Amino acid sequence: MGWRLWSLKRSVWVYHVNAGACNNCDIEVVDLLTPRFDVERFGIRLVGSPRQADALLVTGVGTRQAIKRLQDAYIQTAKPCLVFCIGACACGCGIFEGAYHVSGPVDQAIKSIDPDAIIAYVPGCPPKPEAIVSGVVKALSVV
Amino acid sequence: MKDNTKRSVIAVGPLHPLQEEMEFFQLTVDGEKVTDIQVRISYNHRGIEKVSETLQFDQIPYLVSRICGICSASHPLAYVQAVEELAGVKVPERALFVRTIINELERIHSHLLWVGLAGHFIGYDTVFMWAWRYREPVLDLLEQITGNRNNYGNVRVGGCREDIPEGMEPKILQELDLIEKKTEMLTKAVLDDPVLHARLKGVGVLTKEDAVRYAVVGPTARASGVDIDVRRDDPYAAYPMLDWKVITQPEGDVFAKAVVRLLETLESIKMVRQAVRRLPKGPIAVEVKDIPPGEGLGHVEAPRGETFHYVRSDGANRPVRHKVRAPSYVNVPSFKASCIGGDIADVTITLAAVDPCYSCTERMAVVDGRGNMVFDFQGLLELSREKTFRIAKQMGRPLLAGVFDGSK
Amino acid sequence: MELDLQIVASPINGMITSVRAIRPRRWFIDCPAENVAAVCRFLFDQAKLRFVISTGIDAEDCFEVLHHFCHDPTGSFVTVKVSIPDRTSPQLDSITPFIPAAEWIEREIQDLFGIRFKGHPNPKRLILADDWPEGLYPLRKDYRP
Repeated sequence: MGWRLWSLKRSVWVYHVNAGACNNCDIEVVDLLTPRFDVERFGIRLVGSPRQADALLVTGVGTRQAIKRLQDAYIQTAKPCLVFCIGACACGCGIFEGAYHVSGPVDQAIKSIDPDAIIAYVPGCPPKPEAIVSGVVKALSVV
Repeated sequence: MKDNTKRSVIAVGPLHPLQEEMEFFQLTVDGEKVTDIQVRISYNHRGIEKVSETLQFDQIPYLVSRICGICSASHPLAYVQAVEELAGVKVPERALFVRTIINELERIHSHLLWVGLAGHFIGYDTVFMWAWRYREPVLDLLEQITGNRNNYGNVRVGGCREDIPEGMEPKILQELDLIEKKTEMLTKAVLDDPVLHARLKGVGVLTKEDAVRYAVVGPTARASGVDIDVRRDDPYAAYPMLDWKVITQPEGDVFAKAVVRLLETLESIKMVRQAVRRLPKGPIAVEVKDIPPGEGLGHVEAPRGETFHYVRSDGANRPVRHKVRAPSYVNVPSFKASCIGGDIADVTITLAAVDPCYSCTERMAVVDGRGNMVFDFQGLLELSREKTFRIAKQMGRPLLAGVFDGSK
Repeated sequence: MELDLQIVASPINGMITSVRAIRPRRWFIDCPAENVAAVCRFLFDQAKLRFVISTGIDAEDCFEVLHHFCHDPTGSFVTVKVSIPDRTSPQLDSITPFIPAAEWIEREIQDLFGIRFKGHPNPKRLILADDWPEGLYPLRKDYRP
C-alpha cells in the first residue's frame, strides 16, 4: 500500500468522469494537456479507462442517470484512489441544487459506496486549469 | 474481432477523455458498414427549464450560460433578446457591439476547439495541440474583458454588465492579428493536405434534403448547402452594421464542415476587428424594471448553429415558461442520416463533424456491452486513426504520428 | 422583405382559427388540435418553413403545444399554437411522420408533460433517467418531487 501511494504521488494517472456537467470544467480538464499547461511534464496523465487510473476527475452535478455510472467508475478504479471534484457543480450541485433530475452532489454518491473515499475539491465555475493543477498537487502532498 | 459477416452492435462511448461527456450511441453494423443507430440521451439532463421558473428574469442569464460551456455567450444572449423583445426594451448601441465582440470571440475559440478535436480523432494530434494552443489568446481576451475564460456572465436584460476596459482596443487588435495569422496557417495546412482530402471527402455526407428534413442548423447545415445564418436572416446585436459573409459549401461531407468552420473563424476575426474599431461611445445598458405579460422569442447564431429561447411572462418577476433549444438538439439526430451506410472507422469523425455540444443536448445512457460489444470508443478511435495512416501510406505520404508542420 | 403570413397561409384558412403577428417577424397561428398535423405539414412541405422546436406548456386550465417554425429568408418565426383542454389524458397528433426533426422534442414533451403524440414512430423515453417513475411529469405546474 505504501509503495502504491509513493508511486501515485510521483505520477498520477487520472480518469475524467462527466457526471452531468456543462462542459466548461471538462474542457478546462482537457486543456491541461495542451502546450500552455502541459501537465504531462508533472507526471499527470489522462487515461482512457478507470482501470488504469489512480485518480478520478469528476465534473458535473450528478444527474440521476449519471450517478450510477460514476459509482461504477469509482468501483473499477484500483484503490487507493483520489477523487477530485472539479468545479462548483461537483463540489455541491451549484445552481442546480434541488433540480428534479439531480441526484448529487457527487461526493455523497461516492461516499455512499465507500465512506472512506478520499475526496478533494477544486471549486470554480469553471476552475482555471492552473487551479486544477494546483488542487491536484496540493491533494497529493497531503495524502 | 468477431466474425464480420454477422450483424453486431457496437457501443460508442461512454467515457473517453477527449469526448468529455458520457454519451451513448448504439450502432448496428453489418460487416464494416453502419446500418442503424439508436441514441439514448439523459446523462446531462439537469432540468434547467424548471429551474428557470424558480428564478427571476435577471438571474436567468447566469443559469443559461451554464447550459453549455462552449456556448456560454450564445444562450444568455438568445434569452435576453427574447425578454427584451417581449418587454420592448431598446438596447444601447455600444452594448450591441460589445455583445457582438464577445459572441464572435466565442465562435473563434469554439471552432478552434473543434478543429483540434477533429484532428485528434483522425490521428493529427499536432493539429489538436496547435489549435488548442491558439485558443488560449482568445480565452485570455475574454477573461480580460469579462473576468472569466468561460461563463462570461456579461449579458443582462437591457444590455451588458461589463464594458470593454478603457484603452484595451489596441491590445485586442494586436491579439487578433496573431490569432488570424495562426488560423490562416492552420486553414491552409488543412485545405492543402491531400491526405485530409482523401480521408475526409465523401465521408459522413449529409445531403441537402436530409439537412432540411432534420432541420439542422449552423455549420452542419451550411456545409450541406443550406444557406441559413441567424446573424443575417434575423439580424441582432451589431451584425447588420458590419461587413461580413455567410460561408456555405455544397458537398455536405466532413471536409466541407471543416472548411466552413475554418473560413468562419477567419470571418469572425474580421468582424471582431471591425466591431472594435467602430465601437460607439455611450452606455452599455438600460434599466429594465418590469417584464409585462407576453411572449418573446429570441435566437442567435451560436458556434454550432441557431440557439432558440422562448419566454412567456404573466407580469410577475419570474417566467411562466422558458423553453431552451440548443443547436445540437436538431443537429445530432442528423448523425443517423450521415452515418448510416458509412464505415465504422468513420463514425467518430462523422459525429464530431456535427460538433455536438453534448451538454447542450445531453447525452446519454450507459452501455451494457455484454456479449455484443465489438469495439468500444477507444477501439473506434483507433480504427479512425488507422484509416488515416493507411490512406497516408497508400499515397506515399506516411504520417509521422500526426505531424503537422505549421511552419510552412 | 417581410413575410405576409396572411397571404402565405391562405390555403389553410379553413383549418385554423387565426393568424396574427404579435410584433414584426413574430407570427402566431392559432390552430384547433385536430388540424395540427395538416397545418404543420403545410408549413413544412408547402411553405418550406424550417422546423425550429416545440414547446410544451402547462397553462393551468389546459396544456399548450407550440410548434415553432422559421421563415429564414425574412427571419420570421411562425408559431403554431394548439390548446389541449383534456388534462387527464392529453394527446395530440404527432408531426414526426413528416418532420423527422420533431422526433426528439415530441418524446421530450411526453416525458416532461405526459402529452401523448399519436402516431409517433418511436415514442420511447428520451430525456428522463431509466429509473424515473412513470406518471410523474416534472414540468407540470403541480409536480412535487
